[in-house]
Amino acid sequence: MRRQEILQNIQIENNMDLVKARQAVRIIALDLDYGIVNQTKLVTAVSELTRNVLMYAGKGEITIELIETDTKKGLRITVTDKGPGIPDVDLAITDGFSTGKGLGKGLSGTKKLMDDFSIQTEVGKGTEVVIIKWMDSNK
Amino acid sequence: MSQKIPIIKIKEDLIVSFLSDVDDIAALKLQSGLLQRIHDGKITGVLLDLTVLDMVDSFLGRLISDIARSSAIMDVKTVVTGIQPAVAITLVELGLELEGTVPALNVEDGIELLNELKKSKYDLEI
Repeated sequence: MRRQEILQNIQIENNMDLVKARQAVRIIALDLDYGIVNQTKLVTAVSELTRNVLMYAGKGEITIELIETDTKKGLRITVTDKGPGIPDVDLAITDGFSTGKGLGKGLSGTKKLMDDFSIQTEVGKGTEVVIIKWMDSNK
Repeated sequence: MSQKIPIIKIKEDLIVSFLSDVDDIAALKLQSGLLQRIHDGKITGVLLDLTVLDMVDSFLGRLISDIARSSAIMDVKTVVTGIQPAVAITLVELGLELEGTVPALNVEDGIELLNELKKSKYDLEI
């Protein structure tokens, strides 16, 4: 990575923080000249991850970074919480699987919308999801 | 704290224009408010306008679909109008099809479509 710069940190604690998180990502993506489809995918992905934090952990944090390699530029967004963790990650990212009130599209959907998706979780400790969307992404 | 989404009644239809960014609590209140209004009587159609809504995630997608399916059980048709192209693309990739809703391009077409749907129902009954 040639460059990485933190653009914004957002604390997630309640319903309105979800709106704030979406708006923050929208403004940053717009500023960076992401196309409208990629803006929408980023905002949707952040919405899914933030809701997961609110539903399962209650609170958490989002870090939005600008990253740059020799060939491309993009946004890396890290969503962390100190919640219950996910016992079976493979199952959790399976399309249609849900323990909550959702459609089971949250994690699997986020993965589909992004160029890169990684998740680290430990039962009883918490969860960290990192997503990347490159600026010229055609996905 | 939460926003409030207004429900407008025109003749026998309820019309809802979603805000550009709607919070979960406001969306849930809208759902129960709409269904209560239907139950109160004399409603035959619901039009959900998404023209300014710039994101539909799995929660909102499910909520919209639930409104349509619950309304159907109460004998009310639901039309969804004005979905932005980027939102449509994202919905398809997420695998969310807004089950139970019938799409129209804009509010004007949506109202016309609602009237057609109501008519075709009576045709079937005859």
